[in-house]
Parts: sequence; structure tokens; C-alpha cells
Amino acid sequence: MTASISRRDFLARSGFVGCSLAASPLLTPVSFAAAPWDTRLVVIILRGGMDGLDVVQPYGDPALAQLRGSLTGGPDRGAHDLDGYFALHPDLAPLMPMWRAGQLGFIHAVSTPYRDKRSHFDGQDLLEAGTHTLAGVRDGWLNRMLQVVPGVTSRTAYTVGRGDMRVLQGAAEVANWSPEAELNLSSQAINLLELVTESDPALHAALSEAQILSQMAEHDGPRDKGRHIEIAKFAAQRLSDEARIAAFSLNGWDTHRAQTRSIGRALSRLSDTLLTLQDTMGSSIWAKTAIVAMTEFGRTARENGTGGTDHGTGGLMIMAGGAVNGGKVHGDWPGLGAQQLYQDRDLMPTGDVRAHAAWVMRGLTGLDRSTFERTVFPGLDMGQDPGLIL
Amino acid sequence: MRTFNPELAEIRFGYGLSPMVDPPHSLAQMLDGITGPDAVQTTFPIEDFARFRTRMVAAQKQRKIRRDNRGTARAEQARKQRNVLNRQARVAMAGWLGQTLLRRAHTPTAFRERLVAFWADHFTAMGRQGVVRRGTSPYIEDAIRPFIASRFEDLLQSAVMHPLMLDYLDQTRSMGPNSVRAVRRGPDKPSGLNENLAREVLELHTLGVDGPYSQRDVTQLAELFTGLTFNARNGFKFRKDFAEPGAETVLGVSYGAEANLSEIRAVLRDLAAHPATARHLAQKLAVHFTSDTPDPDLIDALEGAYLSHGGALMPLYQTLLEHPASWRTPLSNVKPPIDFISSAGRALGVPTDHFEGRQEKWLRRWVMAPLVRMGQAWERPLGPDGWAEEDTAWITPHSVAERVSWAMSTPQKLTQDLPDPRGFVDAALGGFAGDAVRFAAAAAESRSEAIGIVLMSPAFQRR
Repeated sequence: MTASISRRDFLARSGFVGCSLAASPLLTPVSFAAAPWDTRLVVIILRGGMDGLDVVQPYGDPALAQLRGSLTGGPDRGAHDLDGYFALHPDLAPLMPMWRAGQLGFIHAVSTPYRDKRSHFDGQDLLEAGTHTLAGVRDGWLNRMLQVVPGVTSRTAYTVGRGDMRVLQGAAEVANWSPEAELNLSSQAINLLELVTESDPALHAALSEAQILSQMAEHDGPRDKGRHIEIAKFAAQRLSDEARIAAFSLNGWDTHRAQTRSIGRALSRLSDTLLTLQDTMGSSIWAKTAIVAMTEFGRTARENGTGGTDHGTGGLMIMAGGAVNGGKVHGDWPGLGAQQLYQDRDLMPTGDVRAHAAWVMRGLTGLDRSTFERTVFPGLDMGQDPGLIL
Repeated sequence: MRTFNPELAEIRFGYGLSPMVDPPHSLAQMLDGITGPDAVQTTFPIEDFARFRTRMVAAQKQRKIRRDNRGTARAEQARKQRNVLNRQARVAMAGWLGQTLLRRAHTPTAFRERLVAFWADHFTAMGRQGVVRRGTSPYIEDAIRPFIASRFEDLLQSAVMHPLMLDYLDQTRSMGPNSVRAVRRGPDKPSGLNENLAREVLELHTLGVDGPYSQRDVTQLAELFTGLTFNARNGFKFRKDFAEPGAETVLGVSYGAEANLSEIRAVLRDLAAHPATARHLAQKLAVHFTSDTPDPDLIDALEGAYLSHGGALMPLYQTLLEHPASWRTPLSNVKPPIDFISSAGRALGVPTDHFEGRQEKWLRRWVMAPLVRMGQAWERPLGPDGWAEEDTAWITPHSVAERVSWAMSTPQKLTQDLPDPRGFVDAALGGFAGDAVRFAAAAAESRSEAIGIVLMSPAFQRR
């Protein structure tokens, strides 16, 4: 179309734009459809490959001390005994009350189907796609679950923070929020922006969502220190309201060297995040909440030449919240002996991280097993119920 | 070559249109611009890495004084002096950002600047802490910029063996478990391999993650790489005493029966010549310069050009520019934040002396902090794979909101007087300006909002 736009057209058009925005589900301020369920799910992607053997340390396995030097761990090195066999890294000490209350648990020796190339980027893509291979997959498993339930609105699920969260990308509508969003524009400028961007659906959609979200963020209190804390607070606030799902990332797990120092910082952020979620939600929402934290792969069983660990296979999944069956290290422990390692280097994966995520979500939502095995994680065999949700 | 278009050349293969610099009038001019005299490098100089190393040496000296005089006033003075050095480097880094923006705004050969940025991203490297954190621009000046018109193997060697890359990917401390040095240190002191650089050379720099390599190739290459190191005073150094004795086999070829640098050069040469590398680079170039879903025929053509010219880069660029898919409209890729800001500076004609006498704080406030909020911190990508190419990574609500507030508030900081928005539409968008944006630029209440709206239009956001 080449006709030029007159001022009169524009005025008519901007009026129209105003109306259509007000009528859009993104801007409707009241009367949300009832959320499809009442429980809360938080998915945290631990990017970089968390060393599960250093977080939940199998000090009861005699091979651990032979494989590792500075990273031997165990209660003798300040870790907190969990069950006489595993011990929790000292930097997660603030979570011990949560463990004792049965609201923190672990699943050891799990992985995605990803093998051998040990690339962060592919590993994370597969973790978030939730499929067996990456061929042709464009959406994430959390989004696919949203696609099958009725009553999902634009405020049912949030990705929080600036990172790319493929796990929640897809056809179902999802909101995004990140700290420091701000936009002060005249209403005219907004209308003109609408006009120039409406030929570009992607740009236009992002603009529409950004405006509403920055308005909402204005109601938040003064900024707290640490982006991860801001993110956890925001997620907890939304989950205390109409949101049911939140997903975000915690980075900093790629500990190739001087791991005793580098993993400590990442673990402190994780610990702060979980405690902030708990504190901000309050006990009645916390009681209905399950948090799962997962990583693209574990790391080498052996310490490397620079006090760190390299990319591995079997890893650790963390779950927390009042709805989880915690106080236990779940999973099928393969051992660290000479014949027990994967390719003589990594913790052998004995469980599929997707199956555990599926059981958690089934416990929270009551959706059919077949939904998880066919749609959310196509081709997955969930196996026996590991009893992760109370 | 079917539809060469000067404006599209500048938008898609450069940093957009400029009110002061004419777009190229032919493909030959674009290609000549890569090999001709490097005018903007001279006009807007950036420190080279040899000079940057003197900063590292000075910082090391203070560290040593501190270590040798713990708890004394001397140590305290050294700590302060180190902070001064760190601050100086931080200020210098902001200056280099300013120079980079000016190069992009004023160059008559913008394709050259885009190629420098493309390869700098392909070979992402950055320092981890202290003064070295600021070393990326000097690294690009030394390791990338002089090699963009050579053969890929030259670029590969120069980047992979550069001190900043060795530092970034943990190579400097990787030691052969049976090396002279490791044996002398004895079993009590931890020493051994670190696979990081070897893995990324295979996965990111050459074959690509789908390439035909195995974990064993990674480990063998890591063994072969032992000995690659550097020191601040003299730069790159091959340390024989770190090198793992005996031969290593990478992709079925044996290297390094003698531990020496020429064997490492040989494996890099072979990796550069590998067909998987050709495919990987062809794919990356096509995505970067045309679309997230490039024409498969363009990728094939690039791959073929690479293989038939032994990895020479000029024929690769020529193939890219001559392919019809490169000239297809509409505009496709979303500009990442740094390129958005760079092209805004070019469209606004930021004056050549505009950053002179500015404090680092100024650049931080108006450029660096907004870049962080848009998701692309200057010279701090999240990992060795560099920045995302997918549009979806950049068109998030948050990032777009940041672009809007930058577009509405910052152009007035980049130029003395904001241009007339009606003329700015043509200067910035040329024939790509549509009726809607023309109307909006004229209808806006304020100049700054009008300029902001032009900069936020799809014709400016995409290329």
C-alpha cells in the first residue's frame, strides 16, 4: 500500500490503536480467568554445568577422595552431613533448616539425553527443549505444558530477568520482566510508535508487553542488592498473586579452575535465591510451591589440573518448596568406582532429568501421564513414580 | 550479482546510512575498502596489545610489592597504586569504545568494520580480572583487524595463540601431566590439563559443535596445546617444559612427536582446512549478514568458495556480496544493541571530536549502561560463543523498552543539535522509509520523540 497517511487518518487510527490496546488481554486490568491450578512451580536453569559432586558430595563413596584433591569435600572439610553418605557444600549451609524441614531435596546422577559433545549451548538448548534431539524443535517444555491446559492467561507464567529462557518459549503466552525496566513516554509518542511498528509483528509485540510490564514494576519497593534477589522477589510476588509458573536462570557454574572459590559464589546466589523466594511468598504459598533447579550437565568426576572440573555428563537436580518430598537424596546412585564412571570420566547418569521434572509437574497439576510422555516431553518414558511431590 | 543497491549495501553490510559519507557505488568498491589503507584506524587510534601489556606489567609489579611487604604501609601504597592502574585502564577502555563508535560513524568502508566485529565475535576473548579485563579492544586491534583479508588459518592462529585468548580460556596453566614441569612439581601440587581452549577451538572456532570430533580429540588437542602461554612483559611464549611429551592424534592425524610450536601451527592449519570448518563458517557468515534462516544456496556457495580458495577470506566476502540472496528485501536481521547504537551515531553524524574531554562516566551513562540494560554489555559477552545472532534474543520486551528510552533520550547527547526529523527520516532510512514513519516523524510533538520514533522504526532496527 502506498497511499500517504493524512493527519485525519492518523487521529482516527490512533484512537483505534488506543481502543484495541485497551481491549487486548495484555492490558485488561481486572477479572482474570481462574488459574488452571493452585500450586506454584519455579524452574531455575543453572547455566554453565553445575558440579553436582561438589554440591551434594558423596563422601561415603571411597572413590571420591581418589578422584579429587582440593575438591574432596565431606564433613571433615566443612560440608554438612545429609544422610551419612552425602554431604552438602558449606556454602549452602543457610539451606540446612529447609533440608531439616523436608523442604529441600536432591536427585543425583541425572542428565538429559545429551551425550558426549559436552557443549554448554547445545546442552542448554536440549535441557530447555525437553526433547530427545534438537532437530526441528522451537519451543520449550514448560511452554508445551501451558499449551495443553485451559485458562492460561498472559500472567500465568513469567520469565524473569534478561536472559533468553527457551524453556518457556512457544505458542502459549508468557510474560517477561527484568529489573530496571523503565519507559516514560508521552501517550502520543506511544501511539506513533504503535503506528511505525505495526508492520513488524515481533517488534510490536515486544513493545506492547514492555509497556504494561514497566507499569507494573513501578509498584515494587526500593531496589534490593543483587539482581538475583530482585528476580526472586519479583517471581515470588507474582506467584503470590495470579502467576503459577516462573522461570529464570542463575549463571556462573562453569568452574574450570579454582572451583573452591568460583562455585562458592554461585552457591551463595542459589541459596539467597531460594531463601528470598521462601521469605517473600509467605508460608501458605510456599506450602504449595515446588522449585526445581537443573543444569545442562554435570562435570568430570576427576578434578582437573587447575583446581577445577571440566564438562561432564551425570549431574544434580535440586528441588525445594513446601510441596516437595525433601530431606532426601533421591535417584539411583551409580558409584564413582573405576568401572562405574561414564567413559571413565563422568558421573554415570542413571536417571533422566526430564522424567523427574515430569513427575514434579504431574504432582502439581494432576495432568495425565500421557500428556507428559507425548506432548511435554515427546517420547519420554517417565518410569516409576519417584515420589517427589507430597 | 543482480540487485546491488548502495543504500542496502550500507545498511546490511555496514553501519547504516550517514548524512556525511556516501554509500559505496559498487561491489568492487566494497571489496577494495577491506584491503585499502586503514584510514579510520589512523584517525581514531586504539592502543595495541604490546602497549596494553605495559599496563599489565605495572599492575604485576604492584602486586609483587604488596606480596613482599604484607601488612606494611608499603603494601597499602601498592594497593592504592594498583587501583589507580585499574582505573586508568577502565578509563582507557571507555575511550576505545568512543573510538570504535567514531570509526563506525565515519568510515567510508563500513563493511570492513563489520568484518572486524564479526571475527572479533567469532574469536571472543576477554580478560577475567584487574587490568586485563580491559584488554579486548587492544586484542582486536592486534589479533583480528590485521588478518580479516588474509586466510582463515592466519586469523585462527593469531587469535588462538593471543595472550588474551590463552588467558580467557585457561590455557596458560594447562600442563601436560607428564611434562617436565609437572613431574618436577611432584604429585602433591596439582597440575595438569585444562580442556577449555581445545574444546572451544573445535566447537566454536573451527569445526563447529556438529563437527566430526570426539571427546578424545578434545583431550588430545588439549595435550598438544600444552606449552601455549604468555607473560605480561614479553607477550606470547611457548613453554617446552609445560608440553606433554609424545605425539597426539587429532582427527586421525598425529602431531607433536617433538613438542614445538610448529606442530601446534600444523594442527590449526589442518583444522582451518577441514570441510566442517568451511561449512561452519559459511553458515555463520550467511546468518550474520543475511538472515536467521539464510538461503541454503548462499551457504553452499560460501562453503565452496572457502574450499576452492584454500580458506582465503577475500573470495569468501566476494561470494557473499555477489550472491542474489544477499540483496533480497525486506530488511531482515535485527541489529544487536551495539550495532543499533553504532548506526544511530552514524545516522546522527556524531562529530569526530565529540568524545574528547569527556569523562569515562559520560560514556558509561549514555552508552555502556544502556548497552547492559539492552542485554549486550560492551566487550562482556556471556561466553566464548559470543553474542546471539537470533532476532528473538534481541527483541525481548525488556530490551526493546530500553531501546525506546535510549532512542528518545540519548541522540541529543551524541550531536550538538538534533536534526530536523523530516530530513532525518531520509538521512537515516533513505529509500527504506515508509509512509508511516514519514508521517510519524512529522507528527510527533517533540524533536527528541520524533528522532526516537525514526530510530525505533523497523527500517532502522533491521538490516
